[in-house]
Amino acid sequence: MPRPGFVLEVDRSTPSILFWRGENFSLEKLPAGRSRVIYPPEPLEALSDIDGAIRHALANPIDQDPLATQLFPGMKLTIAFDDVSLPLPKMRRPDVRQRVIEAVLDTAAQAGVDDVHIIAALGLHRRMHEYELRHALGDRIYDAFHDRGMLYQHDGEDHDNLSVIGTTDEGEVLEINKRAADSDLIVYVNINSVSMDGGWKSITTGLASYRSLSHHHNPETLENTKSLMGHRHQSALHTSVWRLGKVLRDNGPKIFQIETTLNTDMFPSPFEFINKREWEWTAKDRATFVGTTKSLNHTPIKLARKIFHGIEGPHQMTSVQAGETEAVHKITLEHVHRQQLMEVQGQTDILTMGIPFVSPYNPDGVMNPVLVMCMGLGYLFNMYRNKPLVREGGVVIMTHPCYRDFNPVHHPSYIDFFEQVLTDTTNPAEMSRKWEKQYAEDEWYRHLYRTGNAYHGVHPFYAWYWGAHGLQHAGKVIIVGGDPPTVRRLGFTPATTMDDAFEIASDVVGRSPTITHLHVPALLIADVQ
Amino acid sequence: MKRSAPTRLHSLGQLRRVVKVGDATGTAVRAALRPIRALGFPYRKPMVPKGVVVAADPSKLGANFETGWARSSAAKAARSVITNGPMRIFVKAVASPRVVGLDRLADLQRHDETPPVIFAPNHHSHVDTPLIITVVPEPWRSTLVVAAAADYFFDTRVKGALAALTLNAFPIDREVTSRKSSDELRRLIDDGWSLVIYPEGGRSPDGWGQEFKGGAAYLANRTGVAVVPVFIDGTGSIYGKGMKRLKRGTTKVVFGSPLVPLEGESTRRFNARIEAAVAALGDEALTDFWTARQRAARGSNPKLTGPEYNGWRRQWALAEQRKLGRAGVRRRQQRQWPDLG
Repeated sequence: MPRPGFVLEVDRSTPSILFWRGENFSLEKLPAGRSRVIYPPEPLEALSDIDGAIRHALANPIDQDPLATQLFPGMKLTIAFDDVSLPLPKMRRPDVRQRVIEAVLDTAAQAGVDDVHIIAALGLHRRMHEYELRHALGDRIYDAFHDRGMLYQHDGEDHDNLSVIGTTDEGEVLEINKRAADSDLIVYVNINSVSMDGGWKSITTGLASYRSLSHHHNPETLENTKSLMGHRHQSALHTSVWRLGKVLRDNGPKIFQIETTLNTDMFPSPFEFINKREWEWTAKDRATFVGTTKSLNHTPIKLARKIFHGIEGPHQMTSVQAGETEAVHKITLEHVHRQQLMEVQGQTDILTMGIPFVSPYNPDGVMNPVLVMCMGLGYLFNMYRNKPLVREGGVVIMTHPCYRDFNPVHHPSYIDFFEQVLTDTTNPAEMSRKWEKQYAEDEWYRHLYRTGNAYHGVHPFYAWYWGAHGLQHAGKVIIVGGDPPTVRRLGFTPATTMDDAFEIASDVVGRSPTITHLHVPALLIADVQ
Repeated sequence: MKRSAPTRLHSLGQLRRVVKVGDATGTAVRAALRPIRALGFPYRKPMVPKGVVVAADPSKLGANFETGWARSSAAKAARSVITNGPMRIFVKAVASPRVVGLDRLADLQRHDETPPVIFAPNHHSHVDTPLIITVVPEPWRSTLVVAAAADYFFDTRVKGALAALTLNAFPIDREVTSRKSSDELRRLIDDGWSLVIYPEGGRSPDGWGQEFKGGAAYLANRTGVAVVPVFIDGTGSIYGKGMKRLKRGTTKVVFGSPLVPLEGESTRRFNARIEAAVAALGDEALTDFWTARQRAARGSNPKLTGPEYNGWRRQWALAEQRKLGRAGVRRRQQRQWPDLG
């Protein structure tokens, strides 16, 4: 029986606590008497018969007819799936998407459907490499569909192949992939790693254009998204997405939504110590930790990245449900909460968090400084319900080397964003006004996005906006162990050690602040009372 | 020289004495036994009456070959060295296998105690067994027993011992259904051993497959273990039945999803399902997953047993089939480039 989440009040007997530092770790001593550590709930048991559960979900959908009865010869069927921005780290083969899509294809074959297209719903994310598609879908699907041109990746800049579905009462235009729009049925295959995913967000972002995304991926909306992972009514982003979803439901093609949830068993042997509570580390865990950190200190960064990005998580499916989008998503969220939600009493003055080597926007790539900000303030800061873990005006302390290093293939516009935009302003609204259009319409970035493996030119702005609410809420952001000039460029304060960071923070929160450490991984949503 | 001559003479003298003592002992023993010999039956072996044929001792060869020793820890250790050393090198050099579909076994591997299974591949060549032994993933590889034809692999002691040691082969009578063999195989499964059973019963005589016999389905029905259909492509061209020497080539091994007998499903029906699954994998190996699934849904996967007609047309079709296969040139599909305007 997995244990629920746990809040540890730090006292003098508490051991040092594990912090991620990019492609390495550190142990930090937190002040006794006023610190607490939030440990996520332990991974839930996976489904014992995953393929059976998938078949059951397809045959017994929620508020819809069974998939088999919705398929007929001569129809246009489009299967869309989430890209490799999740799960993190990538899961061991077979990936959930492969299992689900194979089951859907089996049903389609039984129904005599010939016209099937499989589309990676990557929105403005980078196109996946062949090895990534093979990992997500398996060799069988890739070999059968890719060379025939029936498996491809969505192109949000291919205006000939985009179709306007309609407009919301607020004037938001929904423009999605034409093939999907013209289909008799879209089957969407989702992995719901965190609670902000899924629902109407799947299609209205994954298969949408820049024109459509800009209605909610903007500073104003994200500053008003007060609980990205929590209640929908507190999230301006989800309110907008749900409005677009209504347009899609009323005017768009029929949708059969398949949502899956995973447990948080993220790291395999020998990295199990990452998921454990420090006082439960065995001699083997301690030896692994010491060996790993000492070796990583002398390992070239490229090799260290290769090692970490090569990790395949043992996480497995905890639920699968299919049918009508909203009804399905409601159940999906219950499963996500069953794994990730835990109650935490009260806010804190200082929130500490270790930033890992990966975020949703750098699978198999470099965690550049902009993504460090996005991961800290956009994702980890937002892992709450009701109210943030840190009080308004409090301090956020992250640990990461924050090297000035970019992947020019994946993040070309991030390089210019860092050098050009961040030297001018770190204010989301101001950068949106002054710079966003130029980057979004840049022909070279557009070309790299459409033909290479680059994120869209506007993507660094979106990554920055993702942290807009955190930026607005926190009084100060400190990065421990980061390259000082790079950290300053982000508008944050560098610190050499955790003690230095507490000292610097005292200017904002006084000499005796309360401290809360978010112990990641695994994932958790703090229900702050 | 002066020193060695007396030594040699000394040795010859000793030898003569030993011979003399030996002769004397022999004479004494013969003399001692003379009264017993004179006593005759029952103190001696009886004479066989003329015209009576004495039944031969039960043979210890064929299906009666004792292979229990091949599953001892020492034999397992020796086999592990053979499998991971010379056998793997041989298979790589001769058959250069490409293995797909192992992800279909992932769910079984997730269990703390991985359950035993029955691997049911098609059979074209003696190369099939070393190939399958080296490509089956752990933990099944180290607990794999191969059901081998008793009349072929266990007809002499040396051949039987070699087959038992290197392949962990277990003798199966192909001609008659042996209760003893099936009971023994059930016992092996209960002890946690996994099996390789070639449902065709032997190598293909002409390059096409043969109809499946029900052994694997029967055992699965009795024991409840899953049957993993496997399709092996290419070994027929490497060392097919009747070939005098090995011809290097490439092979493809496709593992299918484990099949378990449905409630109330007869052995015959389950056997047909296994055969259809291997045929679908064969189609998948030669075309692609989607084509194979579409044909499987229509029940039109090409049969393993090949076309109905005989004679040269059958061989002609086989050549075409091999062209499609991994052993020949895989079908190349038209590549479509995105239209970027």
